Amino acid sequence: MKNLVTAIGLATALASPALAEGQLNIYNWGNYTSPELIEKFESETGIQVTITDFDSNDTALAKVKAGGHGFDIVVPSGTFIPIWVGEGLLLETNPNSMENFKHMDPQWVDVAFDPGRKYSVPWQWGTVGVTVNTSVYDGNPHTSSIFLDPPEELRGKINVVPEMTDVMSLAIKFHGGEQCTGDREILKKVRDTLVEAKQHWLSIDYGTIEKYAKGDLAAGVNWNGASLRSREQNPDIVFGYPQEGYPVWMDNVVVLKEANNAENAKIFQNFIMAPENAALISNFARYANGIAGSQAYMPEEMSSAPEVVIPDELKAAAYVAEVCPPAVQQIYTRIWTELQK
Amino acid sequence: MPNGVRTARRRWLLLTPALVILLFAATGPLLIVLVYSFLTPGDYGGVVWTFSTDAWFNVVVERDFFDDTLSFADAHLSIFWRSVKLSLVTTLVAFIVGFPTAYFIATRPRETRDMWMLLIMVPFWTNLLIRTFAVMEIIRNEGVINTGLIQLGIIDAPIQMLFTEFAVTLGMVYVYLPLMVLPIYASMERMDFSLIEAGYDLYASRWRILRKVIFPLVKPGVVAGSILVFVPALGAYVTPRVLGGGKQLMLGNLIELQFGQGRNWPLGAALSISLLAIVMVALFVYVRSAGTQEGRHD
Repeated sequence: MKNLVTAIGLATALASPALAEGQLNIYNWGNYTSPELIEKFESETGIQVTITDFDSNDTALAKVKAGGHGFDIVVPSGTFIPIWVGEGLLLETNPNSMENFKHMDPQWVDVAFDPGRKYSVPWQWGTVGVTVNTSVYDGNPHTSSIFLDPPEELRGKINVVPEMTDVMSLAIKFHGGEQCTGDREILKKVRDTLVEAKQHWLSIDYGTIEKYAKGDLAAGVNWNGASLRSREQNPDIVFGYPQEGYPVWMDNVVVLKEANNAENAKIFQNFIMAPENAALISNFARYANGIAGSQAYMPEEMSSAPEVVIPDELKAAAYVAEVCPPAVQQIYTRIWTELQK
Repeated sequence: MPNGVRTARRRWLLLTPALVILLFAATGPLLIVLVYSFLTPGDYGGVVWTFSTDAWFNVVVERDFFDDTLSFADAHLSIFWRSVKLSLVTTLVAFIVGFPTAYFIATRPRETRDMWMLLIMVPFWTNLLIRTFAVMEIIRNEGVINTGLIQLGIIDAPIQMLFTEFAVTLGMVYVYLPLMVLPIYASMERMDFSLIEAGYDLYASRWRILRKVIFPLVKPGVVAGSILVFVPALGAYVTPRVLGGGKQLMLGNLIELQFGQGRNWPLGAALSISLLAIVMVALFVYVRSAGTQEGRHD
């Protein structure tokens, strides 16, 4: 947060009228934008950047749909991009014909949410898995049973992130289903498992980096980058990739159709596809990006971190997160409500 | 033009700005919420302009998604009840703490009263979220209390206070206490303390004086304070979430879920109106009962 304030402060300071080449308004997740990146972008282009935070994909979508926001760039998760496109909110900027497109890792070019990359440029990608403090429990961390059927040692010290879709899909995979399933038999098991497991949870909360590091929490559902940031404060922390299946997500930079500074936004899209710039993004928020060759600009402990490099034997369990159809979403909301009643 | 008519007209003219604000800033949004509660949810948030009573139906009844049987929406009901219960407890504890506080301040010498009031007010100037995090900092496992007790050797392992009902109640009372103290103090300050002396002269016990002299005199303040605490407590959102660890939904969180991840705006709107209805009924009952008791004294 402090860094963000500094970034905004610098942004204001740098924007002397002489080199002002216009502005760029970015709407991104909180504590997620590298101040160094913005500084570099501003000094190279003279464009003045303003950053606004959001806390969930749904919030971002609702706010932009309501209009009158003044944003040029948004960074939604890949799962939501088809919705943004379907609602007619995005400008087709064709990143695939931009100068730095050649740096994009081929495995992230033909993604389901934006085939061939007509709208979006990768920001960062990561996984949802489990964080375990090995000084409390030193069994196998690579399973969803860490939070769905927790071992004795971890009970009462577990946190689950309040991301309904991620938690539901982890539990569905645990019972052998596919994400977004409407199969009642599986959903019934999922509900029973979650309700049963909840008595062993301490909280359903965000912002847990420090709580894991300090031992308030011993395990829980978490994002890999957040887990890495906890491990940097406490070496006992490990990140587990559930062998039953775990979601992979990617946040992407898109330009809004009603952007006032569309040209500057395109410059930004191109800018962050350069490996040395993409590396700045990762160095700050601790997630991988989709740009090949950016590892060369990252510190060793980041590019080879076990939270970033998925072990070969667990790669097959990964699946790319999708947005569930509205009817299924309603059942999930009901289970989620029942879980917290 | 007769003088009376002109005065009446001028009164209305002067009232116009307030009426316009009330109409557009209070009634308008409320109407939108009401209308939304009768629409169909959009696929990805928002509403579709098709009339539907599903949202209202879903507030009280739920269709079991496994065997399609209809039953009472006990998830919603228990969340409603939890919020009401928490608000009642908060109001009660705030009264138990706030009444003596107000009495204490009102009985100080006139010059120092403002200083005591300032002490009540200062935390209130701070942002709600920051006050909530301050409470968290005090009661967390490495917080002030636990660290202190461990260093004094009274306990070995931290007591789990954060993320419990105790934490939520503590936070709520702390956050809303000034709203209880201020109105009680206001009526106590105007109280004629010679009436208390008169009571003692007539051999009334302390308890009797409290019940028969002080309490009836400051009752309007107590009623106002209780309403001021109860109403916002019912819709409290941040405090239960931060201090309760999000394990149990409150009404405010349930409504937020529908507008966010749940993508069911009409249900969220219907729940909001239900909350409003509860507040209105509670206020009505409360003011009525307070009024009749007042009548008995006269």
